[in-house]
Amino acid sequence: MRKTSRDLGLIVPSDITPYEQYLSRRTLIAGGLGLMAAQSIGGFAGKAFGQPPAALTYVHNAALSATEAPNSYADITTYNNYYEFGTDKADPAENSQKFRTSPWSVTIGGEAEVTGSFTLEDILKPHPLEERVYRLRCVEAWSMVVPWVGFPLGDLLKRFKPTSKAKFVEFKTLFDPKQMPGQRSAVLEWPYVEGLRIDEAMHPLTLVAVGLYGKVLPNQNGAPLRLIIPWKYGFKGIKAIVSIKFTERAPRTTWAGAASNEYGFFANVNPEVDHPRWSQASERHIGANAFGPRRPTLPFNGYAAQVASLYSGMDLRKYF
Amino acid sequence: MWQVRWVLKPVVFAACLLPALHLGLGALNATGVLHFGGISLGADPVKVMLHTCGRWTLNFLMITLCMTPLKDLTHSVFWLRFRRMFGLFAFFYVLLHFSVYLLLDQSGKLGALWQDIVKRPYITIGMLGLLLLIPLALTSTAKSQRRLGRRWTQLHNLIYVIATLGVWHFWWQVKKDIREPLLYVGGLTLLLGYRLWKRRPRVSVARFARTDAS
Repeated sequence: MRKTSRDLGLIVPSDITPYEQYLSRRTLIAGGLGLMAAQSIGGFAGKAFGQPPAALTYVHNAALSATEAPNSYADITTYNNYYEFGTDKADPAENSQKFRTSPWSVTIGGEAEVTGSFTLEDILKPHPLEERVYRLRCVEAWSMVVPWVGFPLGDLLKRFKPTSKAKFVEFKTLFDPKQMPGQRSAVLEWPYVEGLRIDEAMHPLTLVAVGLYGKVLPNQNGAPLRLIIPWKYGFKGIKAIVSIKFTERAPRTTWAGAASNEYGFFANVNPEVDHPRWSQASERHIGANAFGPRRPTLPFNGYAAQVASLYSGMDLRKYF
Repeated sequence: MWQVRWVLKPVVFAACLLPALHLGLGALNATGVLHFGGISLGADPVKVMLHTCGRWTLNFLMITLCMTPLKDLTHSVFWLRFRRMFGLFAFFYVLLHFSVYLLLDQSGKLGALWQDIVKRPYITIGMLGLLLLIPLALTSTAKSQRRLGRRWTQLHNLIYVIATLGVWHFWWQVKKDIREPLLYVGGLTLLLGYRLWKRRPRVSVARFARTDAS
């Protein structure tokens, strides 16, 4: 059953997730009352974020959602690694507000029967949206829990009928230094490139996210569309995607290219394999309990039951 | 010069405490205990506290190292009256930096601390810098200075090593954006380079002096 959620556009300056409110709103929808839930969802951090993003129509996928409480909207939208808008975690929220996500098109290329340039509407149209609450583990040893709205990447990729030669998928972020001030410095090689093995890309957990907390994805979180691969370190989740290419060989990804001894192509969350300069055995959880103890990091970020079989027989120390 | 002692020094002292005060209030806000005029340390207050204390340690090391060049440039010993205070503030901020790291980031686990010191070179050198700063802080009094005489100067030359270790520690822990550590490398190069330049062998002058004498 699909219902519309909408809010009145109230801005609630709160740093704390009104999670009960969020849940009750969800219950309303699930209960089929079909009423417009007249509650504001996230706590907006303030006027800096301009107009509240538009609400999305989606269903909640409880089976694939984490049970932990999500981080607050303010945390998720003000603590971002998005070097295109600056290297400080607060930079993207500040520098991305005027970023234009419309019109937007995505180029599909490489080893597939259907290729070409598609508008964002073409890309999104056939896909029903669902909400999934995923754990997010950054390679910098911090973590969050985020309620994304999106659809499985596999469903999108199948539409382009990849050929038998398509062993990998390469993704690229927009390159537009005028809009993305971070790209004016050579801190990374631009545009940002990420890649997945085709079976990873087709895995049902791999998500194309277009929303957050039931609303359109904010620019600082990778609007208009980004990847979420919850068992991998956050940097695999490429943002503002403009190109998808099916390839026979593993693409040269940005972080692996920048420091191949520190960041691998796979980048699966693995407490056993430390970053050369820091431990990956534990993580600090962002948010309400900021001064709480570090949490142990789980293999594949807690998604081992679903994804470990993708890597059976592989030496994960070598293919980190 | 009572104004320096009773007015200027206390003002400078209070100013040096401002970053710590800001962090303290921010931390209280983050725990939700209190709410002070919109001071927020963001989503990851522990990291902000850690990095801010680290930066101010380096800032105070640099400021301390600026006092002698300023004395030379202005031909005034006025600057040297602040050198000890700035040096001790470097020590104060490095202690805070270490405390935040041990107590908040690593939840007070000494085992984890030891693992980090042994396994992570940037932490090894950071720790070494902190340890080397202890004897300098302990012998910072005028009494120690008199008692140790020339050896005091030798001991306190360690500041050059400590500052280098500190900047190196920063350089090694950044993920990719080295612009900020590069600023400190530049500053340190200038400050240490100035000392080397001051101690350059004055061959030509000596030769002229000899010629004059003969």
